[in-house]
Amino acid sequence: MALQTQAPTSGSMSITAGQLPRTATPMVAVFAAAIGVVAGLLLGSGIAMMVFIAWLVFTLGLFVWSRTVEGSRKAKDRTINAVVWSAFVLAMIPLVSLVVTVVVKGGPVLSPGFLSRDMTGFAALGQGGGIYHAIMGTIMVTALAAIIAVPIGIFTAIYLVEYGAGKPLAKVITFLVDVMTGIPSIVAGLFAVSLFIAVSDEPLPRLGIGGGIALSLLMLPTVIRSVEEMLKLVPNDLREASYALGVPKWRTIVKVVLPTSVAGIVTGVTLAIARVAGETAPLLLICGTFPSANWNPFNGAVQTLPVYIYTSLSQTSHAKYGDIWTDRVWGAALVLIIIVMALNLIARIIGNVFAPKTGR
Amino acid sequence: MAKSIEVDNLDIYYGDFLAVENVNVHIKAKSVTAFIGPSGCGKSTVLRSLNRMHEVIPGARVSGNVRVDGQALYAPGVDPVAVRRQIGMVFQRPNPFPTMSIYENVLAGNRLNAKRMGKSEADDIVERSLRGANLWNEVKDRLGKPGMGLSGGQQQRLCIARAIAVEPEVLLMDEPCSALDPISTSAVEDLIHELKSEYTIVIVTHNMQQAARVSDDTGFFNLKAVGEPGQLVEFNPTTKVFSNPDNEATEAYVSGRFG
Repeated sequence: MALQTQAPTSGSMSITAGQLPRTATPMVAVFAAAIGVVAGLLLGSGIAMMVFIAWLVFTLGLFVWSRTVEGSRKAKDRTINAVVWSAFVLAMIPLVSLVVTVVVKGGPVLSPGFLSRDMTGFAALGQGGGIYHAIMGTIMVTALAAIIAVPIGIFTAIYLVEYGAGKPLAKVITFLVDVMTGIPSIVAGLFAVSLFIAVSDEPLPRLGIGGGIALSLLMLPTVIRSVEEMLKLVPNDLREASYALGVPKWRTIVKVVLPTSVAGIVTGVTLAIARVAGETAPLLLICGTFPSANWNPFNGAVQTLPVYIYTSLSQTSHAKYGDIWTDRVWGAALVLIIIVMALNLIARIIGNVFAPKTGR
Repeated sequence: MAKSIEVDNLDIYYGDFLAVENVNVHIKAKSVTAFIGPSGCGKSTVLRSLNRMHEVIPGARVSGNVRVDGQALYAPGVDPVAVRRQIGMVFQRPNPFPTMSIYENVLAGNRLNAKRMGKSEADDIVERSLRGANLWNEVKDRLGKPGMGLSGGQQQRLCIARAIAVEPEVLLMDEPCSALDPISTSAVEDLIHELKSEYTIVIVTHNMQQAARVSDDTGFFNLKAVGEPGQLVEFNPTTKVFSNPDNEATEAYVSGRFG
C-alpha cells in the first residue's frame, strides 16, 4: 500500500478508497443465514448449530469482502463491530427470554383474586389462593430495611465526603464498607437470626423486623457508595461560594450540597432498594412463611414474595395440585419482577424530576 | 461601614509548603486595592487568607497577623463563619447555585443564614443587589428562572449581587473578570467604581490595565526565585506603581519586560 501511494505516476496522495455498498451488512447477513440453514439441514443439526454456522459465515464473509474492497483497516472495524454486536445480543438473550417466559407463564395467572387473596385455607386446595400477603410482606420488610439503611447510609456518606476526607477513621470506614459489600446474603440472615435469638430467647425467632435488619445490612454498602459518589460530584466551587457568604458548614451541606446532588442520591437509594427487594436467603431464615398478611413486624412470621416462590416451588411436584402451584410460582415471580422494575422506573423518573435545571 | 485591613508578617502554608512569605499591607477603607503579579506567586492565597477561606483547603494554615479595623482575624475565639459574613468574596469562575433561581441565588446568603424576612423586604434586597451589580434590567422579567441559564458574564454579576446582598464590609474579588468578555468586564469595572463608595474592595487581577483603571493602591507579588515562596515586592499607590515604581522587577512587570 505504502508503495502504491508513493508511486511517481500518482503525484499526490489519494483520498478516495473503495467502499462496500450501503446494504453490504444485510446482504451478507441474508447470505450467511441461507448458508447456515442449508448447512444445518445437510448436517442434520439443530437450530443452535445453524445460527452458529450463519454467524461464522457472516463475520468471515464480511471481513473478507471488506478486506478485498475497502482495505484492512475498515475490514477490522467491521469485524470488531460485528463481534461487539454479537456479544450484546448474546448478553440480551437470557434477559429477554427470562422476561418473556415469566410474562407468558405468569401473565394469565394474574387476576384481581390472585392479587387480593392470601393463602389462608387454600394451601391444601387445588384452586384459589393468592399472594396478597406475600406482596404486603415484601413491601413491609423492604420498607423497614430502607428506613434503617437509608439514613445511616446517607449520614455515613456525608461524613466520608464532607468531614472525614483523608482522615484515618474515614479510611477505616471505607474499607469496612468495601468488606460489607461482599457479605453473602445468607450470612446477613444468620446475623439477624442470632441477633434475635440473643434478644428474644426464642430458639428460632421469626419476625419481620429481623428481615428488615438483614436486608438493611445488604443495602447499606450500596447506599453509602452511591451517595458518596454523588456528593463527590458536587463542585467544590459551590461549597466555597456558600462559605464565602458566611454560611456555616452544616447549612452548606443541607442547603447547597444535598439539593445539588439529590437526584443522584434518590436514584442510588431507589436502586439499592430494588436490589434487596428480591433477596430470598436471609428472609427464608428470619421471616419464614405465613399464610396470611402479618402487619406486625415485631411478632410472628411474615410471608414475602421470594420466600413464597421458594416454598411454593417444592409443591410443584405434588401429584394432584402440582399445576396450580406452578401457576402460583410464575404469578408471584411476575409480580416480583414488576415491583423491582417499577422501582427502577421510579428511580429514573425521580432522577429526572430533581435534576438541576439549566433552562433559560 | 467599610473597614480597613492591616496585614503584618503574614506567612501562608499549604501543609509544610510555605506558599507566601512575610506579607505586610495596609488596605485602606473605602478604596480599591489591586494585587497583580505572575501566576502562582500567591495573590489569590493572600486574598483568601483575608476572610479565612484559605483554611477550607485541608492542611492550609497561616501565621502572622491580619487585623480588620483593629480586630485580629486569627485570634483564638474568632469564628470564621462570622468573619465571612462581613468579608464577602467573588470567585474567578462564576458559581451560582444550580438548584436555585436568580431570585433565590441573590438571597442565598440571607436565606442560608436562616434570616427571616418578609416578602417585600426580600424583594427589596434582590432589586437593590441586582441593580448594584448592573444586572437588574437584564433579568427583572425572569427572576424565577434558574441562575445557571444566564450567560457567563451575567452569572458573574449574579455572583457579585449575591455577595453584596449580605452587605459585607469588605469585598474580595479573585480575578472576577478573567472569564468575561470586554463588555462584561467593563460592566464589572463600572460596578467596582460604584461599590467603592460603600465597600472596601480588594481585587486580584492578571490584567494590568484593569488594575490601573480601577484601583487606588496596587501590590505587586512575585516569586523570590523558582521554588521559593511568593512575596509582596512592592505596595504603593497605583499611579506610582505604574509610572515610577520603587522596584526594578515591578517596573519590568508593568511595562511588559518581565523575566
